[in-house]
Amino acid sequence: MSRDLKFFQALNEATDVCMAKDPTVQIMGLGVPDPKGIFGSTLGLVEKYGPERVSDLPTAENGMTGVAIGAALAGMRPIMTHVRLDFALLSLEQLVNQAAKWHYMFGGRMRVPLVVRMIIGRGWGQGPQHSQSLQSWFAHVPGLKVVMPTTPHDAKGLLISSVEDDNPVIFIEHRWLYNISGPVPEGVYRVPIGKARVMREGTDVTIVAISYMALEALRAAEFLDAHGISAEVIDLRSLRPWDEDAVFQSIRKTGRVVVTDTASKMAGFSGEVLARIAEEGLPLRVPPARVCLPDSPTPTSPALAAHYYPRANDIAKTIERMFGVTVAEIAEPPHPLDIPDPAFTGPF
Amino acid sequence: MMQTETLAALDVATLRALYRDLIRIRLVEERIAALYPEQQMRCPVHLSIGQEAVSVGVCANLRRTDRAMSGHRSHGHYLAKGGDLRAMFAEMYGKVTGCTSGKGGSMHLLDLDAGFFGAVPIVGSTIPIAVGAAWGARLRGEDRVLVAFFGEAATEEGVFHEAVNFAQLKRLPVLFVCENNMYSVYSPLSVRQPDNREVYQMAAGHGVHSVQGDGNDIVEVYTLSRAAVDRARRGDGPSFLEFKTYRWREHCGPFYDNDIGYRTSDEFQEWQRRDPVERFEAQLREMQVMPPEECARLRQTIEQEIDDAVAFAKSSPFPDPAEMASFTYAE
Repeated sequence: MSRDLKFFQALNEATDVCMAKDPTVQIMGLGVPDPKGIFGSTLGLVEKYGPERVSDLPTAENGMTGVAIGAALAGMRPIMTHVRLDFALLSLEQLVNQAAKWHYMFGGRMRVPLVVRMIIGRGWGQGPQHSQSLQSWFAHVPGLKVVMPTTPHDAKGLLISSVEDDNPVIFIEHRWLYNISGPVPEGVYRVPIGKARVMREGTDVTIVAISYMALEALRAAEFLDAHGISAEVIDLRSLRPWDEDAVFQSIRKTGRVVVTDTASKMAGFSGEVLARIAEEGLPLRVPPARVCLPDSPTPTSPALAAHYYPRANDIAKTIERMFGVTVAEIAEPPHPLDIPDPAFTGPF
Repeated sequence: MMQTETLAALDVATLRALYRDLIRIRLVEERIAALYPEQQMRCPVHLSIGQEAVSVGVCANLRRTDRAMSGHRSHGHYLAKGGDLRAMFAEMYGKVTGCTSGKGGSMHLLDLDAGFFGAVPIVGSTIPIAVGAAWGARLRGEDRVLVAFFGEAATEEGVFHEAVNFAQLKRLPVLFVCENNMYSVYSPLSVRQPDNREVYQMAAGHGVHSVQGDGNDIVEVYTLSRAAVDRARRGDGPSFLEFKTYRWREHCGPFYDNDIGYRTSDEFQEWQRRDPVERFEAQLREMQVMPPEECARLRQTIEQEIDDAVAFAKSSPFPDPAEMASFTYAE
């Protein structure tokens, strides 16, 4: 049975089913049991599973990540939360030196089944320290897995897979996905880590999209379709490991590729995708392109942020240039550009 | 005087076991120092010669099911907790028979059967992990005490304070054992911490039961840590134990380095006069628990055990190159 759930409800349900079936699953983080419950994604869990398994934490990201690693080594399956990825940067030592290495450096004798949820903010003046998309940092580290679901279906299925995985998984959520709805099956199901999803089939150009940019890519693809260009949209879903086969297969069909990421280009994951395409020697009819963030920190003022984030129109224009055509602009949304939808009224 | 009374209160078997573990760590590390110049142990080694009494005095109060973790200077902690000697030497020689199959070396010792739960050289980083392991064990309904061994420099790291705060918050069964040897590599305590505050007072500030003792007096270490372990088992929460001691050799490597100018020979000799091994040996001789001929026999037995472990390590195969990337991910 499937029904429509919002992204945050899907995360909540995934956590609930994992905790119900496995007493070693615990969730922790600043504010996890509070009245807001990580934008609703942890609401109701403390009432069901108690304050030890659904635990608030001191404001100490690095130390508490070490605590989570220790609990994982001792046989628990912790889920750790950060309301912003930017806060998780305080825990890079524990994530990179410890969580990522313990299985390897102890010759397979230790395991760190840990999920670390991080949320990327956007809009409403989130600014330089509440909106960074640093997924490529984590994807660079052997021993970590990195996933970025886009749909409510994949949010639930990937969170279940991540909790069941015996490795540390960096689970990156985009704040602008929290309110989107989609069909979500009841009970336990898994979306495999490392598998992309073809969101829309097409024959002329492949758009490889990461996280929220998959929604912008879909808008661009629908617009282009009306103008005679058939775009295939691939939602990467996992960054480490990533589904090279799905991307390569699509490009063999289309011969054109655009990669769109929520991060900037410089040393970003979009560059990794293009590098692998080049190494594979795939025949491209036109040079590849990227639609990513500008190479500057995130501005705060809505007047500046409106020009900072690429949207469907930027993807469409990039593809039009590949075909040497110019068609109409995609209309801007009817609401201000610094919110995902009119229901969002801030503050974060 | 008080010390003699405490000594007399301990049974002979305990005293002999303490002595055996103490002299064993000393002899193992002296062998490492002797063999290291052969350039066959191709990993950094941080010797604890001069500091052994802390390892032994604490671990003598632990059960095999209790767990200890450590940092870069971990040989003594690993051995005192019961870590396998052959696997330790093999690891330092980079062999597949090593305790981490050649993936870790001297700075990443592990022996799960013995309850030695891992060591890493990033200063302070196992402290929160030990606290989490204590929490995880409690959530699983397991009765285990966790010990985090570290040097005084680790108390300058943020994670130390974060971990101590959390351990006290949750009243976790953890011993924070600080070996204060007064130097972080070449930097003395005087340039790193204020002179009007003792290290253990920081932990006391977090509300943790905190004590300070002579780290070169194995009986004092044993007695203070026994009380801390009892507290932990009773559910009274964590303790912080600061033991003052001194590293005899260079920070990393087999040699003495009193000539390079960061500390004086006088200071070193002053601490050498307080050698934890000789001191305990003299006490036991006086009590007639360990007559000299028995000490000699024990040393000989241990040297043979070390001969065997070194031979095992040297004759063991290196890991297959095909194993280079194995265990990057758990299956």
